Amino acid sequence: MYDLNWDVIRDNWRPFAEGLRLSLTLAVFGLAIGSVLGLLLAFARTSRFRLLRALATAYVELIRNVPLLLLIFIFYFGLPIFAYDTFPRDIADVLVLDGNRSMVVALSLYAAAYLAEVFRAGLLAVGRRYLDAGRSIGLTRFALARYVTLPIMLRSVLPSLSNTFISLFKDTSLASAIAVQELTFAARELSTNTFRVIEAWTTAGALYLLSSFLIAAALRAAERRIRWSV
Amino acid sequence: MATVIDNADLLLIGLRVTVVLAAIVIVCGSALGLLGGIGLLYGSWPVRWLLRVYVDVIRGTPLLVLIFLAFYGLPALGIAIDGFWAATLALGLFAGAHISEIVRGAIAAVPGGQSDAGRALGLTFWPRLRYVILPQAGPAILPPWVNTATEVVKGTSLVALVSVSDLLFSAQKVLERTGEAMPIYLAAAAIYVVLNLTISRLGARLERRASFATAV
Repeated sequence: MYDLNWDVIRDNWRPFAEGLRLSLTLAVFGLAIGSVLGLLLAFARTSRFRLLRALATAYVELIRNVPLLLLIFIFYFGLPIFAYDTFPRDIADVLVLDGNRSMVVALSLYAAAYLAEVFRAGLLAVGRRYLDAGRSIGLTRFALARYVTLPIMLRSVLPSLSNTFISLFKDTSLASAIAVQELTFAARELSTNTFRVIEAWTTAGALYLLSSFLIAAALRAAERRIRWSV
Repeated sequence: MATVIDNADLLLIGLRVTVVLAAIVIVCGSALGLLGGIGLLYGSWPVRWLLRVYVDVIRGTPLLVLIFLAFYGLPALGIAIDGFWAATLALGLFAGAHISEIVRGAIAAVPGGQSDAGRALGLTFWPRLRYVILPQAGPAILPPWVNTATEVVKGTSLVALVSVSDLLFSAQKVLERTGEAMPIYLAAAAIYVVLNLTISRLGARLERRASFATAV
């Protein structure tokens, strides 16, 4: 019979706390970089130029249908082999990414495809009358995007952004596969070192769950305040 | 390219595992989700409460943690289970939770008058569900269900981390054997894309039929 022994968790809380912090950091970077790329993709998808639209659509469709773990492997295992085979050593050295950076790059590119869809829906939902009003006071195309479209669109996509952030936070668990010392990695280490398998994994699961709920609650509160202020 | 063709047999073995795993998970997850969604709405309060906990806990936990919990946890509790079935269990519970929520939402969106009309005709609970509610909830279930199916296909790649020889695992093995990375990874990526686009296409076709059937 398996006897639960939670002392192991109490004595080893530090790797869990540090792991959780790294998980959150990775998710924040993924969301931040992913949002910038996603916004560019969304503008490209609603652009006047057919080629731009086609390229952005292809990117979104391809990335959304490939497993994130495969993307992570491409940057962590694939890129170094490719770089040293193709480029001289000093250039290849620059292209090789460590675990954390591979994860951020893969997660950002993955998030960008999902966020592009979110932003595109937001862009399409901006009322015609706002754009007409902006044009009628003589705003340039850039000013129109910057001062009219973006602020209105951002407000409508906030709930989706929150959801995406929580998804990304859970997706950071895949970084454990490339030895990034985030939360899942901490649980894996503890369970192999102490054989306290159940305690380690339920602790990790509970921390993810609790963090997701807290983040969701905090973001909902933030959304309400932002909506109120306009 | 030559590397891919030379090792096509290995990749195909992996692809078979991926397809079989995804198919089992989608079928079982859909059955679980249908029951879960019905239970979330019509169950007695302990059933509703238990299902709510199940759905929220599973949806708030990373799939990888569920897979590790099943793979390492069950044997530690004295339950002998191999990697494939541990992964199937974790993925099935994952799919079931997501589909429960989809089914619940779709049924809840059917106007209450429909159920009343069924009752007025003298239909009892199950016939009412079967012939009145579910046919109308179907079109709303379909698009997110297809989405979940593609998430499941992508999610099967995580089983490579518990040494189940799926497509991604096979790709890693070919990489170790040949030292060539990009052609193998791109081939694997292309296969995943084709699998998922096939599912999306089938889904879109079903959607057209479903909308045709309800648009009276």
